[in-house]
Amino acid sequence: MSPLKIKKGSTGHSAYDLRPSYSDTVERHTLAVLVENEPGVLARVIGLFAGRGYNIESLTVAEVDHQGHRSRITIVTTGTPQIIIQIKAQLGRIIDVHKVNDLTVEGPSVERELGLFKVAGKGEQRVEALRLADIFRANVVDSTLESFVFEITGTPEKIDAFADLMRPLGLQEVARTGVAALSRGAV
Amino acid sequence: MSKTMTGARMVVQALIDQGVEVVFGYPGGAVLPIYDELFQQNQIKHVLVRHEQAAVHAAEGYARSTGKPGVALVTSGPGATNAVTGLTDALMDSIPIIVLTGQVPTFMIGSDAFQEADTVGITRPCTKHNWLVKDTEKLAATLHEAFHIALSGRPGPVLIDIPKDVQFATGTYTEARQVETHYNPQVKGDLAMITELAKAMETAKRPIFYTGGGVINSGPAASQLLRELVAATGFPITSTLMGLGAYPASGDNWLGMLGMHGLYEANMAMHDCDLMINIGARFDDRITGRIDAFSPRSKKAHIDIDASSINKVVHADFPILGDVAHVLEDLLNVWKARGRKTNTEGLAKWWGQIKEWRAVDCLKFTQQGKVIKPQYALQRLEALTKKHDRYICTEVGQHQMWAAQYLGFEDPNRWMTSGGLGTMGYGFPASIGVQMAHPDALVINVAGEASWLMNMQELGTAMQYRLPVKQFILNNERLGMVRQWQELLHGERYSSSWSESLPDFVKLAEAFGAKGILCSDPDTLDDAIMEMLTHKGPVLFDCLVEKHENCFPMIPSGKPHNEMLLGDASTKDAIQAGGAVLV
Ligand SMILES: Cc1ncc(C[n+]2csc(CCOP(=O)(O)OP(=O)(O)O)c2C)c(N)n1
Ligand SMILES: [Mg+2]
Repeated sequence: MSPLKIKKGSTGHSAYDLRPSYSDTVERHTLAVLVENEPGVLARVIGLFAGRGYNIESLTVAEVDHQGHRSRITIVTTGTPQIIIQIKAQLGRIIDVHKVNDLTVEGPSVERELGLFKVAGKGEQRVEALRLADIFRANVVDSTLESFVFEITGTPEKIDAFADLMRPLGLQEVARTGVAALSRGAV
Repeated sequence: MSKTMTGARMVVQALIDQGVEVVFGYPGGAVLPIYDELFQQNQIKHVLVRHEQAAVHAAEGYARSTGKPGVALVTSGPGATNAVTGLTDALMDSIPIIVLTGQVPTFMIGSDAFQEADTVGITRPCTKHNWLVKDTEKLAATLHEAFHIALSGRPGPVLIDIPKDVQFATGTYTEARQVETHYNPQVKGDLAMITELAKAMETAKRPIFYTGGGVINSGPAASQLLRELVAATGFPITSTLMGLGAYPASGDNWLGMLGMHGLYEANMAMHDCDLMINIGARFDDRITGRIDAFSPRSKKAHIDIDASSINKVVHADFPILGDVAHVLEDLLNVWKARGRKTNTEGLAKWWGQIKEWRAVDCLKFTQQGKVIKPQYALQRLEALTKKHDRYICTEVGQHQMWAAQYLGFEDPNRWMTSGGLGTMGYGFPASIGVQMAHPDALVINVAGEASWLMNMQELGTAMQYRLPVKQFILNNERLGMVRQWQELLHGERYSSSWSESLPDFVKLAEAFGAKGILCSDPDTLDDAIMEMLTHKGPVLFDCLVEKHENCFPMIPSGKPHNEMLLGDASTKDAIQAGGAVLV
């Protein structure tokens, strides 16, 4: 008496497989999230991304207003336009979130990241590393006879490029802060 | 004029100041100071449940049936983890509840102390907001803020975790009016967009109101305005499971519930409309079916208090962020001021089409022979209780869908069901919460035998507090909804979907001192229901029904609305009515 025309045993009709294929142009957005500096607020933000399956490319957080008890979380995320809109709306729902700014769409902004690079080598390699560091305006913040630690600031792309160049020259360790970003011009 | 008191006393004081009348809870080591304070006062009643999950569902039932927040109090560790299902349920259905949990003393947090659990960590994703209060000075303010957050914007559950030393320590009590909060969600909708919607309403040929739980949550004014709007425009209206009662089932424009087990006319109208006005619903997958085939030719308005609901699943042509009552008031005013216009010719044709769909009579069934059909049981329950001041709860399964189909709801806050989470075991404790709020009303929980067993221990609570809740079990000796899916989608392989070793429900009731009624004969059903209704105390009604009845109509998962199955109900008539879309 089965009135269904669905193939028996088929699982291709799961209730949860309902999403249409959205436009799949994935965009990269930098979000500035001003939050109450409360315990757990970072866990809420990260939990939101994990729980709903959103991407985090980079995340930085620090208190920016001690008196006002505010921290600023800068998140670089990727997703289709619909997902990006959802991410912002979902962030806005968190009670401890005061403001969400999408720096990617709200006009020009500057993005900077700081990287520390430990490069070990001797002779020609060492000279070459130092020469490239100079071109990239990286500072030497530690040196031994066999190694340097370079400090470099710039856009994530610049730091990526520096990493690519250092790799064959004895790159041993990298530490990066993640992106900090501000809109250009007066508020 | 500051008042100094212990943290435990603050908890009770804040509850009193917030107008709380009843707390559902279960004591344990980490909340003893609060229980001690509850003992020494008589403004707040405490209902001792038999399991913390039930405390939270009871608080939900209380909240859904009153519009006021429900409160639950549980101990640390297992008390808190037992509350998780209720919290998630309340989050999914936007129910304002406040859950207070005890916690090990602050100096022991993180040491894996006895009955320590990371309660705020565990409940972060299943609360609207939660707090661990480490300082008695901040406790009262946090409690007041918790009520504010639970109730404002899109309502939801909040949790406050209170370490035992914070309960013992003394601090200054902060009054509610002294508390500042930055959380004040926008309630007024954008007038320009509301005007655009009013214009679209003037010309629409095939409009429909699609309403949801947001109308109920917005308060009685929202339901009132909705009724006015429907009457004034003459548009048809359907509702989600969560929104039943906002518009009366006896109303002329009522199409019945929509969605996976919604009515044929409601789903067909949703599919074919040219203007869909979503009021406080969220395009849930049980409603939309296959998204890319969902109401393909309509412009869609979406009124919602939660920005993240708008454009989440379905693109809104008229997105309106705001509280339903506020937006409906403006919408009515704008539409009236513009001359109360509708496309009368289009509407007349639209209603003509709807009448054809209605003629399919998709809920038709025939009661024959000696076995009670579940639909018949509900039809009789409806007939015999309609005139009562009646509140209906349900568990989850086929019986829940049949209850939504065959019972009529005339007012908001009369229908308590677990929609978003679909929590078996919700209905019985919810009915206890409802009965606490409405001691003289008729409170019925339409249950499946399997769901009901999930929180059956609450029979003790019902007896202790003399709560005359009626447990109306449609006993098909099956996990009926699971069995239905297995029949339709898994080659009739009934893997673990029958209820074996069921208790004798009459004896079970009697073991608790309650009344049990068994009915298996359609001819004695009315008398048995009347016996249930006239009995003064809790009743466990074991209604043995047809074991293999399927719940129709049904939109199979992943199918569009117009590929709805009517099962054996009215297939023949449907084809006569020109519904070539039917199976
Ligand atoms: C806590 C929980 N576990 C499992 C399920 C999955 N489930 C949905 S309906 C159902 C069967 C319910 O059986 P019963 O309460 O007898 O209701 P019926 O469908 O037979 O009317 C099950 C197991 C659920 N919804 N909730
Ligand atoms: Mg059953």
